[in-house]
Amino acid sequence: MNKNGVGREIPAYIEGVGELKAYESPFSIIPEGNKVGPKLKRPLPHKNKLVDSLEEAVKAVGLKDGMTISFHHHFRSGDYIVNMVLDVIAHLGIKNIKVAASSLSTCHGPLIEHIKNGVITGIETSGLRDPLGTAISEGILKKPVIIRSHGGRARAVESGELKIDVAFLGAPASDEYGNANGFSGPSACGSLGYALVDANYADHVVLITDNLVEYPCLPASINQTQVDYIVEVESIGDPKGIVSGAIRSTTNPKDLLIAENALKVIMASGYFKNGFSYQTGAAGASLAVTSLMKEKMIEQNIKGSFGLGGITAQLVDLLEEGLMEGLFDTQCFDLVAAESLGKNPKHFEVDAGFYANPHNAGCAVNKLDIVLLGALEIDTDFNVNVISGSDGVISQASGGHSDTAAGANISIILAPLIRGRIPIVVDKVTTVVTPGETIDVVVTDYGIAVNPLRKDLIERFKKENLKIYTIEELQKIAENITGKPDTIEFGDRIVGVVQYRDGSVIDVIRQVK
Amino acid sequence: MELKKIGIAGTVESSDISIIIEPTDKGGIEISLQSAVMKQFGRQIKEVIEETMKSKGVKNATVRAVDKGAVDFVIKSRTLTALYRSADIDEYKWGE
Repeated sequence: MNKNGVGREIPAYIEGVGELKAYESPFSIIPEGNKVGPKLKRPLPHKNKLVDSLEEAVKAVGLKDGMTISFHHHFRSGDYIVNMVLDVIAHLGIKNIKVAASSLSTCHGPLIEHIKNGVITGIETSGLRDPLGTAISEGILKKPVIIRSHGGRARAVESGELKIDVAFLGAPASDEYGNANGFSGPSACGSLGYALVDANYADHVVLITDNLVEYPCLPASINQTQVDYIVEVESIGDPKGIVSGAIRSTTNPKDLLIAENALKVIMASGYFKNGFSYQTGAAGASLAVTSLMKEKMIEQNIKGSFGLGGITAQLVDLLEEGLMEGLFDTQCFDLVAAESLGKNPKHFEVDAGFYANPHNAGCAVNKLDIVLLGALEIDTDFNVNVISGSDGVISQASGGHSDTAAGANISIILAPLIRGRIPIVVDKVTTVVTPGETIDVVVTDYGIAVNPLRKDLIERFKKENLKIYTIEELQKIAENITGKPDTIEFGDRIVGVVQYRDGSVIDVIRQVK
Repeated sequence: MELKKIGIAGTVESSDISIIIEPTDKGGIEISLQSAVMKQFGRQIKEVIEETMKSKGVKNATVRAVDKGAVDFVIKSRTLTALYRSADIDEYKWGE
């Protein structure tokens, strides 16, 4: 055991995973070698790629015991693909499969049965939610899951660390030869940013669609040079679970208070000026900040350069009002964004590598000024947990959290100081996903704290008469109300390995008792 | 305080606690607790309920509590209210 750069004990070796490299600091790893590539192929002219069933496609690509299959998570909790494919694989008697999804959601509970039956023996993902996350925290899977950020996953695929044998990709619109996009059809999800990496690097690609259109399907995000087979099915997802239709504007007074505090931070930060770039998540408080910020942009005649990430209706609004020059989009959070991707030329679809792979010649997060992020917990060293609940159970996702925090000029955490009875500021977070060194400001409903490493920001905020607390003071305010929580007890067995975006290990997750 | 019947207070809304107190003849104070924050605060919640009951001289009772992340003073006030209702007293003396 060695202590890593955020003080966590990391074993040098784990059975089934291999040797682990302990995290040191955000940019300490300098990669070597070249990107990998998919298999060379020779399809004869006019090959028919359209097969009658998923079963036929699984057989045609030669899926065997021990292989790695991949999925994208653009259908979120509405996804039908993952369960559909694994049922077919189980039915064919194939075992020992590694599932490397860009993320997994609440709808993926049926994977528990496939783990019990030995069909699935490995999982690599950004996120896990109940009931699958709970089952894994309880130790159902022998091999620990590998948790990666979105940029980290793109890096792992492109470097060959994660080799995908077959990618099964749901496509909201596809033609018979494999040109596909995400913004049309009944299961439209918008950007296919996470799927694009798999389409580019997997040895075999199977598209599954419920919307087979005339050749050529244009514009195409995934293209025919990448795709081996296409399967038409009745439905690839539940639209209600894929994207939220309505624009959510929060009326929660806590969220609005946090949003107002965050706006003050942005305004005083020095980064709110012509040409600034900006990313938020889809949480209530973040969306409210974007709306509040829009008024300030108009008032002060400020125009931004690009919006990044998970694109929301709020960011589309900035683009369409001419307040942002462009949008880089790996994933659409709502229907407005999905539609915009299909019609606005400067709403630009990018893959997860473009978005956040730290080991290419320059990903989008490297050009980011301001990012607003969430947190389940944050500790007095500013380390952030976004993967496991305070009860130790894996329940959320790494996402682009550590990627954007590392890239942005200012990373701002937005969180209520107390959630339920759980204080958000703690001595030590349950699991470190994002190192404190890359977190600059914490904005809560009770006040704002600035990372002492950012002396420049502290100076600026003081000059602007912005009241700031130390992170310890925020912790004290919370604990005066909630009391100090008892320490969670864990078993010894490691059930999850949390990679930092560069592939080093920032923390491990142990079995819950 | 002498318990006469089942006393109920609180809700299962977020940050509240629902408390049901039932008189018994024996066995001391027996608390069954469900909580959204069981691992972090289960021990402390039981302590607050028990202390509040003892402060009113209650020695035997069965308590069923469903907690949704209530803080201590909410737990205390819900317990007291359930006690008053169980004892069939409607003159609440909050200051005591």
